[in-house]
Amino acid sequence: MGVLIYVAKRLGLYFAVLFIGLTITFMLPRLMPINPVDGYIGQIQSRANGTLTPEAIAEMRANLEALYGLKGDLFTQYLSYLKRVVVDFDFGPSFTYYPARVSTMIVNALPWTLGLLLTATLIAWLLGNMVGLVAGYFHKRKAASVLEFVGILLYPIPYYILAVTVLLVLAYLVPVFPLSPTFPVGPITFEKAGLILYNSLLPGITLVLAGFGWNILSMKALAVATTEEPYVTYARLKGASNWTRMTRYVFRNALLPQVTALALSLGMVFNGALLTEMIFSYPGIGLIMRTAATGGDYNVLYGAITLSILAVATAGLVIDLVYPLLDPRIRHK
Amino acid sequence: MTLESQDVEPSALVVAPVPQRKARASLLWLFNPRLAIGLFILAVMGLGSMILPAFAPADPSLQASYMRNLPMSGAHWLGTNALGQDILWFLIFAIRNSLMLGIVVAVGVTIIATIVGLSAGYIGGGFERAVMLVVDTFITIPLLPILIILGALIRGNTSFFTVGLIIIIFGWAWDARTVRAMALSLREREFINMARFSGANTVHILVREIFPYVSAYILVGFINTVLFAINTEATLAVIGLSKVEVPTLGSIIFWALSYNALFTGHYAWIVAPIMATVILFLGLFLTSTGFNQAFANKRGVS
Repeated sequence: MGVLIYVAKRLGLYFAVLFIGLTITFMLPRLMPINPVDGYIGQIQSRANGTLTPEAIAEMRANLEALYGLKGDLFTQYLSYLKRVVVDFDFGPSFTYYPARVSTMIVNALPWTLGLLLTATLIAWLLGNMVGLVAGYFHKRKAASVLEFVGILLYPIPYYILAVTVLLVLAYLVPVFPLSPTFPVGPITFEKAGLILYNSLLPGITLVLAGFGWNILSMKALAVATTEEPYVTYARLKGASNWTRMTRYVFRNALLPQVTALALSLGMVFNGALLTEMIFSYPGIGLIMRTAATGGDYNVLYGAITLSILAVATAGLVIDLVYPLLDPRIRHK
Repeated sequence: MTLESQDVEPSALVVAPVPQRKARASLLWLFNPRLAIGLFILAVMGLGSMILPAFAPADPSLQASYMRNLPMSGAHWLGTNALGQDILWFLIFAIRNSLMLGIVVAVGVTIIATIVGLSAGYIGGGFERAVMLVVDTFITIPLLPILIILGALIRGNTSFFTVGLIIIIFGWAWDARTVRAMALSLREREFINMARFSGANTVHILVREIFPYVSAYILVGFINTVLFAINTEATLAVIGLSKVEVPTLGSIIFWALSYNALFTGHYAWIVAPIMATVILFLGLFLTSTGFNQAFANKRGVS
């Protein structure tokens, strides 16, 4: 029964997050003093050297408003927006790459972002937790504080600094990687895959470094606390080896809060991934957002943000649904 | 520029919330190496960036004040950049603006988070569930895409202050969650029941009994929020969506990247802000964990 209630609660939160997220996305641009349609018309008019008649402009405005779902009062707009996003997953055409559909552009970019993000997060999480476990379990030894020091140095450094530093060191001072990496498009061949992998290493390293420090610090704190627990002392008196106590007693218990923390920090990790993509020109959602933001391509922006909310909320849901498998207390409640 | 008129001094704010009586009687309980290093870094950077701008020879945000791309020299310690600005002065103004933004945002976030977190944790029931749903939503929704949309919409028409306001609106949830967790654990303590049985009302208990207890954590959260705010603004600036004409730790990197400081071998322009940011963030982080450690030692739970 415990699991069912847990899953139901979690699903409720999931849909609430999606609903509130979509509502914020809908409301934000409408609360702003700027009207994108005016911007588009201005751009088109400047391309036409101001030769458009007022009738043509009025017709264009009506077309644009219909195209971008700006017809009717706020509530009608909201309902049609929800229907378009939830039922059709349709965000209209891109303005810059007209008539390419926004949903196609995003679906094409999604595997890039997911591949990079999942791999980097997984590596950072595993490595950081292992180092943190060792640092926490042996926290009375001097050598362990060196490991913690690595975490302290890495954790507060923001993504963009890490990205620029990695670029500076590994592409300029020690030119192992290209300064402006290329990512070939089209069908994947064997050589192309190798090139993509090679060029993805720089953003990958950045993301791993960023996640690494945080995982070390929080795992170390958890492991220190867990090491003091009576059941660990009992295991020692029972004659369990250091290795057994560290992995089976301390690690398994300290792991649970770390899983929860990973689910909570996904939003931040995702932010970092977007930023890293922008700095390394990696062809994922982040790069699309940057291009769209500079070109005023709002449909693409809304599509990308909706997808971001969906992706982060779903990933959090998946992690939390895996949680009962790790924690027997929820299963047997 | 409403920000510049505000006379906020970072190191004073960082230390201020510690009750004066205790601090005077035994300042030693506060001391640990982390806190000492962190406060030292913050004091040097905070005081330096507040006092030095008064002696600036020219407003560093103006372009073409000097010859372009001058190397390091006695007149320009870090040289000048491709826009004819003195890199060292730009950096000093950048640290000042970033710190000020961070403190203003942290004040706003701390106030909202404390009110929301304490009331949710203490009052409980349906109110708590509703509030926590909103809090969890704000935590889950990735902030950067929203900021990018806002940045794209209001770019050019925004003030530096608006950027801070936006960060407050989207940044209070984490702290509220932490404060609420503490209020939750306090709700069951004996001295709270004692106060309630003595006839104290909810507001009185929140303000007089719970707040003093959580103020140490709030101080730590405050410093972490300064870090978060500086980081968020800088992130927006690096991708060109903040007010990049205002010197901040992010806008300096934005200009360096967009003028290809890496390719042209202009190391000072890109390395100096990186070093400054890393040192400042390290200082903030050491101060917050140092305080945490000190408070934990004082309570006897290390």
